[in-house]
Amino acid sequence: MTESPNISTYPLVNFCLHLADTSLIMGHRLSEWTGHGPMLEQDIAITNIALDLIGQSRNFYQYAARVINASKGSTNGQGINEASEDTLAYLRDAREFRNLLIAEIPNGDWAKTMLKLFLFSTYQFFFYERLAGSADKQLASIAEKSIKEVTYHVRWSSEWVIRLGDGTEESNRRIKSALEELWPYTGEMFEPAAYETPDTKKRVSIDVSEIKISWQYKVKEVLEEATMIYPEDKKTWMQSGGKDGIHSEHLGFILAEMQFLQRAYPGCDW
Amino acid sequence: MESIQDNITAAEIWKLMKNINDPEIPVLSVTDLGIVRDIKCNDNGIEIFITPTYSGCPAMDVISMSIRMSLLHEGFTNIKITRQLSPAWTTDWMSDEGKEKLKSYGIAPPEAKTFDKNYLENLVIRCPLCHSGNTKLISQFGSTACKALYQCKDCLEPFDYFKCH
Repeated sequence: MTESPNISTYPLVNFCLHLADTSLIMGHRLSEWTGHGPMLEQDIAITNIALDLIGQSRNFYQYAARVINASKGSTNGQGINEASEDTLAYLRDAREFRNLLIAEIPNGDWAKTMLKLFLFSTYQFFFYERLAGSADKQLASIAEKSIKEVTYHVRWSSEWVIRLGDGTEESNRRIKSALEELWPYTGEMFEPAAYETPDTKKRVSIDVSEIKISWQYKVKEVLEEATMIYPEDKKTWMQSGGKDGIHSEHLGFILAEMQFLQRAYPGCDW
Repeated sequence: MESIQDNITAAEIWKLMKNINDPEIPVLSVTDLGIVRDIKCNDNGIEIFITPTYSGCPAMDVISMSIRMSLLHEGFTNIKITRQLSPAWTTDWMSDEGKEKLKSYGIAPPEAKTFDKNYLENLVIRCPLCHSGNTKLISQFGSTACKALYQCKDCLEPFDYFKCH
């Protein structure tokens, strides 16, 4: 019997998992605000955004599962060892997760969450805009769909950044401090991982370094309107590693909570 | 190659789809919403192509199940429901009938076409209760992913607006 190829090394699978994990962990973090938002409408808004992100992650996980299963020769999704969106989301350990670090950083106060969401959704906007032109039709479809929702996320979060930056002395202080804490996590978005590069040539994945300028421009515009100063990033050490499974101490805690039920009661359902 | 019988069956199934309602907004059918994209029949069975509205919409699983149950009830077997992500669902596919039903139900229907960038700008959304245009946006996100929350400044009632998407 021949050894099946090690699917975990396939660039496409890793790329899909990177995108799925990033949206899932970000969505999970935002959902931590459920029932704790500063006002009812904002509580509802942030949980809606979390739901959009989890929906996106489902699309990527489902695609990754299909690719994994097809490589093993099984296609009907019924086998015990088959991958599914659930096995990928709930049964992988921290070292296997490929999300951006910014997604796992704690929410902090409302200012930190708003700024985190703004920096992240702006990146997602330009990313999906490019990915919609992917040679891989499924990735292109997911991007085409996701960008419509992300457009609302960018608008909502940028308005909050402006409101807080150009708000009271306290809100301004909090969001400025949030900017200092979050800035080191913005470099990773534009550093391609090893698994992204081979497929970029085939136009399946995108070259993330190419969207940096658009991102910087938009972020600068919003920060200035919020009466904040755009940090010059050549002076900042940028955190990285998330895309390769090297995570901060936070991911372990997130997964412990998120995965507990499936691991304690394997295969359980409603 | 499609036979005449296949075409008749497809037409019957479209009629059935008109009776399957959105679980959150029960006045709208899945055809009013433009969720059912295509129906293919042949000797091997039937295939229904549906498209999700919002990525995270929790109603989609319920809708798939409703479609399957409805077809099984009519005696169809070999049913395949395929989710099609592209072309992406848009409120442009909502029927005019659907928009009228929304209004009578108390939800303001989507204004403008998605490719008209105005959908993100401040549109005049009419109150579905008193029809005044003197309304204000409270939040871009409402009771479900697809709706925003508005308030009428004349009759003072809050109402949902089905967002242009």
